[in-house]
This record gives sequence, C-alpha cells and structure tokens, in this order.
Amino acid sequence: MRIPCPICGPRDRREFYYQGHAVMLERPAAEAGEAAWDGYLHLRENPAGQTQDLWYHEAGCGAWLKVTRDTVTHDVLRAELVEAGHAD
Amino acid sequence: MRIEGAGRDLDRSQRLKFRFDGKAFAGFPGDTLASALMGAGVDVVGRSFKYHRPRGVMTAGSEEPNALVTLREGAQADPNVRATMVELHEGLSARSQNRWPTLEMDYLSVNDLFAPFLGAGFYYKTFMWPRAFWEKVYEPFIRRAAGLGALSGQSCTDRYEQAYAFCDVLVIGGGPAGLMAARAAAEAGADVILVDENARPGGRLRAEVEEVGGVQGHLWADGMAADLAGMENVRVMTRTTVTGAYDQGTYGALERVAQHVADPGGRPLECFWRIVARRAVLCAGALERHVAFRDNDRPGVMMAGALRACVTRWGVVPGKAVAVFGNNDNAHRTARDLAAAGLHVAALIDSRHDAENLAGDVPFYPGFQVARATGRKGLEGITLRAPDGAETNLHVQALGVSGGWNPSVHLACHMNGRPEWSEDIAAFVPRSGMVPGLEAAGAARGVFDTAGCLKDGADAGRAAAEACGFAGRDMALPEAEDAPYRLRRLWAVAGKGRAWLDFQNDVTVKDVRLAAQENYRSVEHMKRYTTQGMAPDQGKNSNVAALAILADATGRDIPGTGTTTFRPPYTPVAIAAMGSGGQGAGFAPQRFTTSHAASEERGAPMIEAGLWYRPSYFPRPGEMTWRDSCDREVRTVRDCVGVCDVSTLGKIDLQGPDVGAFLDFVYTNTFSTLTPGRVRYGLMLREDGHVMDDGTTARLSDNQWVMTTTTAAAGQVMRHLDWVHQALVPHLDLRFVSVTEQWAQFAVAGPRSRELLNGLLDDPIDDASFPFMQCGPVSVMGVPGRLFRISFSGEHAYEIALPARYGDALFRELVARAEGMGGCAYGMEALNVMRIEKGHITHAEIHGRTTAFDCGFARMVSPKKDCVGKVMAARPGMVADSREQLVGLRPVKAGTELTAGAHLFEPDAEAVRKNAQGYVTSVGYSPMLETYLALGFLRNGRARHGQKVMLIDHLRKRDVLCEVTDVVAYDPDGGRLRG
Repeated sequence: MRIPCPICGPRDRREFYYQGHAVMLERPAAEAGEAAWDGYLHLRENPAGQTQDLWYHEAGCGAWLKVTRDTVTHDVLRAELVEAGHAD
Repeated sequence: MRIEGAGRDLDRSQRLKFRFDGKAFAGFPGDTLASALMGAGVDVVGRSFKYHRPRGVMTAGSEEPNALVTLREGAQADPNVRATMVELHEGLSARSQNRWPTLEMDYLSVNDLFAPFLGAGFYYKTFMWPRAFWEKVYEPFIRRAAGLGALSGQSCTDRYEQAYAFCDVLVIGGGPAGLMAARAAAEAGADVILVDENARPGGRLRAEVEEVGGVQGHLWADGMAADLAGMENVRVMTRTTVTGAYDQGTYGALERVAQHVADPGGRPLECFWRIVARRAVLCAGALERHVAFRDNDRPGVMMAGALRACVTRWGVVPGKAVAVFGNNDNAHRTARDLAAAGLHVAALIDSRHDAENLAGDVPFYPGFQVARATGRKGLEGITLRAPDGAETNLHVQALGVSGGWNPSVHLACHMNGRPEWSEDIAAFVPRSGMVPGLEAAGAARGVFDTAGCLKDGADAGRAAAEACGFAGRDMALPEAEDAPYRLRRLWAVAGKGRAWLDFQNDVTVKDVRLAAQENYRSVEHMKRYTTQGMAPDQGKNSNVAALAILADATGRDIPGTGTTTFRPPYTPVAIAAMGSGGQGAGFAPQRFTTSHAASEERGAPMIEAGLWYRPSYFPRPGEMTWRDSCDREVRTVRDCVGVCDVSTLGKIDLQGPDVGAFLDFVYTNTFSTLTPGRVRYGLMLREDGHVMDDGTTARLSDNQWVMTTTTAAAGQVMRHLDWVHQALVPHLDLRFVSVTEQWAQFAVAGPRSRELLNGLLDDPIDDASFPFMQCGPVSVMGVPGRLFRISFSGEHAYEIALPARYGDALFRELVARAEGMGGCAYGMEALNVMRIEKGHITHAEIHGRTTAFDCGFARMVSPKKDCVGKVMAARPGMVADSREQLVGLRPVKAGTELTAGAHLFEPDAEAVRKNAQGYVTSVGYSPMLETYLALGFLRNGRARHGQKVMLIDHLRKRDVLCEVTDVVAYDPDGGRLRG
C-alpha cells in the first residue's frame, strides 16, 4: 500500500503511522458537553466504502495527512495535509 | 531412463555428480533434479502424505505434487522443494521425505492398507475418544505418519534478501504471450519487467516441437529474450515466480538467486521482491489436469505435457514402452513426439469416440478409457476399457495423461475476484478487472494455440502501455501453429478402487463423494473436510476436477458449485526470504549512544530501552552481582558524584514567538510565564485525560526552547506535537524538530557535581549564577554547550549537553574526573533505584491508564487555560477518592524483597480479584535506607499513609506485609537538591 503524500509523493505505507478516523480533526470546544466529547473520542463509524482517516508521515516529512480511501476496494483516492484544511 | 540423442536442454559433454538419499548419481548440465533422477532410473521419489504410497515425478514445473525433497543438510536444509524446479549442479544433495526408514521400504505404508478407515474426515471420526489420548497418542502419531519435510530446527544460516522494483508494465510469465506482451509494451516506450519462473523464458515453447517465425519455438524464445534483455527499458527476471497480487499494483515475487549453483559465492539463496507496476499482464500459461482412474498415482503415470517435456528437454522417460491417454487433441502431441524420439508408443487412447489420430503411426484407441494402472513402485501396465466395456491389459512403463488444461488464474483471484467458467474449454478463466490494472493474456485466459497466444500477448502488452500513456505500435506477428484445441470433458473413469484427485494430500474421488454424501456440499466445506487443495500445490493439479466431481455428486453444474479461494502465495515462499534480515540483531534497528563504546570498555552489560542500548551498571572487581554494583553506584552518587548518559531522552527544539502558547496547550501546567534561562517540569495528557508523558522544558531564549521527553515516549510525543500543531492549533507561529541524536547529554549528580563540572567549564558556575532549575549556554574546554540544573536522582545535579560528536570525549573526561574524586559512572539500575527513592514516576507508573490525579499531580492541571486532555481528565470518576493513587510502599520487615506486578490487598482479605486494592509498579533496593522500596497504585492511597497492606504476587508466590508511605522515601524536604 502506498499513500500519495502531498509533500513527498507516493510512499510506502511502512513510512506512515496510522491514527484513526479523520473525525479527530473536529475537536469540540471545552464546554461542548459530554456527548460531544464522547463522540469525538470514542464513537466511530465503520463504513463499507469511502472513509477518511489520519496518517502521519513519521519516517518522512512529519506531515499529518487526511487520507481518503475505500475500505471495500482498498483504493487510496487522495491525501491532503491536515494543516491545509486551516489555510483560510 | 535416458534416450540417446534426445534432450535439447542438455549439455552432454559434462557430467554432474549428485546424491539422493545418500546414493551417488550423475546427470548433465541442463537437467533438473527430477529429470536427472528419472534419467538414472529412480522411479519413486517420494511418499504420499497420508497413505505413504510410492510416488514418482508427475509434472515438469512448479505445480509438482509428488517430487518434494529436502535440499542440503543441517541448518541449511530446505524442505519441500519441488525436484522439478531444482536445477542440477555438481555436488547437489537431496533427501526424500515422509518415509520411514527409507523411501524403498516405508513401514508407514501400512497406512495404505487401512485406507478404508482413513477417508474424508477421518481425523474427526477416528480420534475422538478417549479424549485423554489426543495429546499423548493420536496427535504424535498423526504428526509422524502424515507430513511433509521437516525443518532442521536450527537457526537459518543461509543468506536471503528482500528488494523492491518499480515499472510501468509487469509481464508475469515469459511464454509466447508474455514475450510478445513485453516486447509490445517496451516498443511503446514503457518500462517493462518480464518475470519468468524458469531459468530461460519460453514457457511451453521450451518443451514443444513446433516452429515460430520459421525457427524452432525454443530458439525463437531465446532470440526474443535476448532482444528484450538488450533493451534499456526492459528488465528480464528469470528464476522468479510472482507469488501474489496485492493492493495498488503491488506484486510479490520470489527470485531463486543462487539455488541453482553449488556455491552462492556471497549471493543470497533467494530474494523476495515487491514489484510495483502501473499495469500488469498475466501470461502465466496453463496447467494440465489429470483424469481420475483407479491407481492413477502410480510412479510412471505423468501429465502428458510433462512426459513430452521430459523427452524433448532432457531425453528422459520412466520406461521404454509408453502410452498416452487423453480427452483432447493436445494429448496426441505426446504420442507423436515420443514416437519421433524412438520410443515404443503402445497406445494412444482418446476417450472421445469420434477423435481423429493426430499422432501419426501409433496404435489408436478412440472411445477407450484407461480403467486402472498397475505396479506399485513403478508402472507395469494399464487396463484399457473399450466402449463396450471389455477390458484388456497393456504392458507399459509410462503413461501420459491429459484431462485438458486449466488456465493459471491464481494471481487474478488474489484480491477475492472469482473467475468465470468457460464451457468451451471446460475450465475457469479470469474476468477482466479482478485485480485492478491486471489483464490476462494467452493460455492464462484460455487461448491455447501458439499463434493466438502471440497475438493476444502483443495486444495485451500494447494495451497496458497505452493505459500508462504510451503510444502503442503495430507489431508483426511471427508465423506459428494455430491448431484448434478440441476437448470433451472427462473427469473420472467409472469403476472400483481409489482414483486420485489431489496427489499431495491423498484425496480420492471417493473422498469427495463421501463429503457430499455427508452433506459437506459447499466447496469450501468439502475442501476442509477432505483437505482437497490444501497442500503446498494448493490444488493446482486437482481443484477443477474435484469441483466437477462435487458438482456431479450434488446434482449441480460447475459454475453453480463455485470455486475455492486462491490466496497468495502462488508457490511456497520461505519465511526466511520474506523476513530476510530480520533474524537476531536484524530484528529491530539498534540505537547506540555516544558513550556506548566507553561503557562497553568498562564492562557494562547493556539493556534495551526501546531501540536504545543503555548501560545497566558498571561492574568493578570484587563485585559478585549486579546488586553489588548498583548499591555502590547509588551510594557513590549520594555521597560524592556520578555520571550517567541521558542522551536517549527525547529532545525537541522549538522556536518561534508562539512556543509558550503552544506549550500551554500541550502541557497541563503553564509554560508561557517561564523566563529565559529557566527550566520547568511539565505533564502532558492524552486527549482522553490520561497521562501521556512528563519531562522538563527549558527556555533558552525568548524564541528558543528545548523540551525533553522520556526515552520511551520520544516518538509518541513528537508525533503528538506535530498533530497538535498541524491539526488543532495551526495558527500558532512556531517550528520544532527532534534533536535527540544531535546532542549528547550527561547527568552529573551528587554533592560534588558542581566541583566536577567547574573543572571542565571555561567559566565556573556557582549557586547564585546557576540555582536549581536554571539553564544556560556554557563553554566546555572551548566547545559551546548547554547546562541544565535539573535532577532525577534528587541530588544536587546537572545535565550537560554538547553536540553529539563530542559525546564520547565528554563522557570519558567526566568519568575520569569523577573517578579521580572518588565518584563513578552509573547505569540504569542505580538511576532507577534513586528515582524510586525520590518517588519520581516513569512509564512504569504512567502506563496509559493513570491520570494526573492518580499520580498526585492534580494541581499541575492549570485551571486558567485549556489543554489537551483537560476536559476528559475532569470527568466524574477520573478524580474520585476511590481511584487507585500513587503511594510508596516498604516492607514491615526490612530486607524482605518486593516484586513489581504484585497486587495489593487488605492484610486479612482473601486474595481474590474483588478484594484487590491496587498493584505495584516499581521496586528497588535502597542502599541508603537499607530496605526494599516500591511505588504502586492503591485505592484512596493518599489517605492511607501509615496503614498496612498485603503485597501478594501469585506468579512468584510471595506475600509481604507492607506499610503505605509517601511516594518520597529519601530526603523528603528536598534539601539535597538545592545543595
């Protein structure tokens, strides 16, 4: 499996650390309440099809990536820098 | 036996000596072990898995089910190697398998007499009771009686390798289709890798008597292969089998680099490749299938295509009188070629009553079948059954059988795609797109004539290159044979007795029928019940026939019955190849500190800390145990001075105007208020509120900070900081980088630490200029470095850092000077004892399930700001008194040993789980207090100082009454720290 790192190009998955679903990007406010925090930390979808998860290019550039892939076909569709999501 | 003058692969000018089961034989360069044994008249080369029936060579390729041997001896022994794939070389040594005591006289062949009891599912039926017999009687018996070659049990001493390759177009198989595919893709400009399993490409052309482009087929293949090898954008990999198709165009392949030579000469035996290709063309050809009839497993009964390969390539045959039995035109070639080689072809038997004889002047029996083979250790004859049922016997020593050909669809199925049934050829063919980017061509998709294969390969190669963006060109196709492949299906000949399907696992037609009768009607159930297709050949020779028998027995058609799943690897791959380099010290990278050599010179045993190696202790003459050294090192530090390498702690250099704000968010406590030149201890939480790590961060200047992490969590913390910065607070203006390996850092601890340092520092320090928790630049004998007044030991201590290239020199200098003062170097054991004496936590305590509250650091979670983990750390239940809290423990009876991992109970309570009060995380012997000390977590522990608890270790059979104490056992008011 290879992940197209926007900085380094397509790289072997052994260079990456896997974190989990990209919902981790939506950190609730401190006062958002128990349910929001519970959902953020513990509740995950298990989709058959497209999903987005987080990968860290640990043995490469150190970028955190949001990777879109398909759990059925194993296609890796794209990878974006999580930092770029805040560019505005 | 050898046939004079035959064998296009042989170099008859030389002879190669080899040994099989200790006996000396000779063959020729160009032979395989299988052909050399056949040439030497060895009919029996193995024993079958279950019944120990004598078996001979059946095929001429990697699908061979019978001729499995063990190559070499001792630690170099390589079991279950297919003799058909072993190229003969001088001095080769091989042994037969699964026989006792010898291949000729195998006592376990008695199993064959018990065959009525050993049918499908016999394990489940026979070895059920008494239950106690399973482990002691049944299992050892089965393991001895049924099996293949055994591993040596010794560590692998041979060299193996792994490698990676990349290309536009991967062509799998170098037969006529593959050669043309590679040529077409390469001429379009694509980077091409052509992989072929054999020593020379050509596939079936190597064994067939036919012309391609006006020359003999195998010579045409040689020319094509040479042309391809001469092209810059083509890599031809021979002796390489593609073993698996994986995601994103990744293919596994095993190259037999030096299996074929007597002396590898430094080369690896095998290399496991990961090949990444944008497109792939599967030209894996087809495998011939057997026809089941009574005792069709006798040595001398071979596949028809393999029999003519033996004659054409190596000039060998199991015996002079031969017969051929088939249900298709292709089988006739064997009779034709064998007759041309001067052998006596006693019969060409074709089960089709309307077949025409294509073999020339040989006795022809259309509509006949072979009902039985006779002869135990070698074929003696066959029984012919006429269309009217009349039977006659024929004396032959070899029989070539063809039930048709199965396209090698295996790789196309590796990603769970299912092939489709083709009525025309009565076989499965791949569907397009089963593996993304891979298309089959030639015989692998059921095109069986040479002209068709050449065209199909050229088209597929061109299409693959075009899919990669190259412009394909028309290619001239050489003239070749285009005879149609005509067949009428025949899976099994009716009659009594056992007719074999899976030779390797001893599965017969009866077994499959029995499985169906016992309601194992699903093909996956039948497979598991009978073990059909589960041996190293994975049913290559037998699955389709077994499926057909099952379909017949269950009244379904073949597509309705389904197929079993083909999984990688296509052929066996040694773990030694896949995991090459991973043995011993190669298992994980090793990280060494700059003081490693100096520590080893002092005889320090090393212990692993993650990937790092750190000195455990520094033994001195007269010290008998590690404890002697450890106790002495602790006393020396506390009384005088000690030096310890702490470079393995993670060091992260942070720069920018927003570092303070960033640290406020990742640490529970406030850092933005830290002034330049000062150091602060910090605690980091995970977002779920548990402690992730702790350490000190120093502010070197307004804009530059340096954080230390624990050795264990250095990687995790770096990853976490990158996460927090990039995902959660990207607006903060800072940059950071790990500098763990750029700085060598040493703890200098003890009442005389400053005195020691002042001998080295160009500008001496004093308590006013360098109070506790101070940091700053220093010059060490002219080298700029950093000094931190921090302490893990609880003594007046410093950590001094220099660029890593000075680490070795600095360590030697520090230790020499320390020793001159009566001090010493100290290792991990002493470091650990001192931190337990001081109640400092490590990852034994912050093991992922403890909170700041548990560790007694609740006040370090600043109420004035948000930080990672703060919300969840405040959840109800995360701060309750009922939680297990960090405490110190010491035995009531001094000198009693404590053990980490023990559990804590009320002194009178029964030691069962529901009474558990906590557990012990760290223990050590304090030479200062002359008692064992422990740290642990105890329910409501902070309120229980002074109470007694029972430490119980079920594993090490220990119970010790302990007193609960404060976590700090030594110098509780910290007076020594401030010196």
